[in-house]
Amino acid sequence: MAQHKVNYLQDSGLPIALTTVDKLVQWGRSNSLWALTYGLACCAIEMMASGASRYDFDRFGTIFRASPRQAEVMIIAGTLTKKHAEFTRRLYDQMAEPKWVISMGSCANTGGMFNTYSTVQGVDRIIPVDIYLPGCAPRPETLQYAVMMLQKKIRKESAFQKQKPKRLV
Amino acid sequence: MMREYKDRKNVQKKSYYTDRFYVVPSIPKESVESDEIFAEDFKKLKEHFKIKEAYIQRGQLVVIINPEDNKEVLKFFRDELDYPFLSELSANDYLAKDGEFEIFYQLLSLNKRKRARVKCRIKESSAIESVYTIYKSADWAEREMFDLMGVNVNNHYNLKRLIMPDDWEGHPLRKTYPLQGDEAAQWYEVDKIFGKEYRDIIGPEQRDPARVDRKDTKNFVRIGHEVPYGEKPSDKKTHTDYQEEDGVFFIDEFKKSNSKVLNTRR
Repeated sequence: MAQHKVNYLQDSGLPIALTTVDKLVQWGRSNSLWALTYGLACCAIEMMASGASRYDFDRFGTIFRASPRQAEVMIIAGTLTKKHAEFTRRLYDQMAEPKWVISMGSCANTGGMFNTYSTVQGVDRIIPVDIYLPGCAPRPETLQYAVMMLQKKIRKESAFQKQKPKRLV
Repeated sequence: MMREYKDRKNVQKKSYYTDRFYVVPSIPKESVESDEIFAEDFKKLKEHFKIKEAYIQRGQLVVIINPEDNKEVLKFFRDELDYPFLSELSANDYLAKDGEFEIFYQLLSLNKRKRARVKCRIKESSAIESVYTIYKSADWAEREMFDLMGVNVNNHYNLKRLIMPDDWEGHPLRKTYPLQGDEAAQWYEVDKIFGKEYRDIIGPEQRDPARVDRKDTKNFVRIGHEVPYGEKPSDKKTHTDYQEEDGVFFIDEFKKSNSKVLNTRR
């Protein structure tokens, strides 16, 4: 059995840490960002790679969930077509608050090279985006960095206020 | 000395009328008799149907028929001439040139190791008979043709859009369809999700990927000099780090000075 050693000379001899509830909640939120598996195109391969053993998203607390009800962050990984746009919006609406969106890759950001009739020219036309991640496709390290920036953003937010309605565009 | 006279009256029109683009030379046609198997097939075919034209291109038999005969001709190809596969079926847009669609059926015979193509032309307003009862693969191919080209197909059991959404307007593979979509296409997702009144709020699509706006509100153009939303662009360098300066609750800050780089594997 592992023995937990308490340093009685620290923190008045108590095995406790003092903090505010706000910080505790922010800490909890930012370190358990469950992501919706939302691979739409080739960026999904990089997203899967960042979830797999080499880059290991689990150590950030980012676990991919197959249901929007259990997810907090939506990583739009790939080209969003106009036919699919309404489903993206519906999935976003089904996520429980607080919720965040990472737009991953050029196609999700601006439509990318698909400058055509069938592609949504940037997912921010239909859902509010927190982090824009450039690249075609972004490497797993970049996605990790984006998640870390999102964590930083969450730590800045107030834990108990309702999320401010985000700008759509 | 006088300058040589050149007629400049119709200069602009002239350049408009000349073909400025490279025109691909068409593939040479050979007579049907140059291939034994095709010659025999064509002989049988000619006894039953009226054939407008027939030739061999790139080793493939091309037969041009009347659009009314398409079902019977394909049935004959499948049962009598032993072409059991319809590998492709689609239409070409010749609406601007002739006001017609050219519909082609690409057939394959494994026993003969030959491919044949049946072509016919129909007017835009008329319809072609469905062949899905003869070749099952025609089912979705005809739906795709209807969806993307707008060719009407008669007696298809489930003729609806295959690729584009059901409430899409227009047929995207027609030559007259703009690449970046007509108005309905450009506002499709906005109209559907938010309603038409949101068009003003969301604004038109930015469809110029090469556009660089140096006065953009977020200073996105200058990497490393971005500003928060609403603030004025400035030359100040923005420092983006994934940890706050005063550290993060429960997490030790990573200090580069404390880290050790190993030159060799331990």
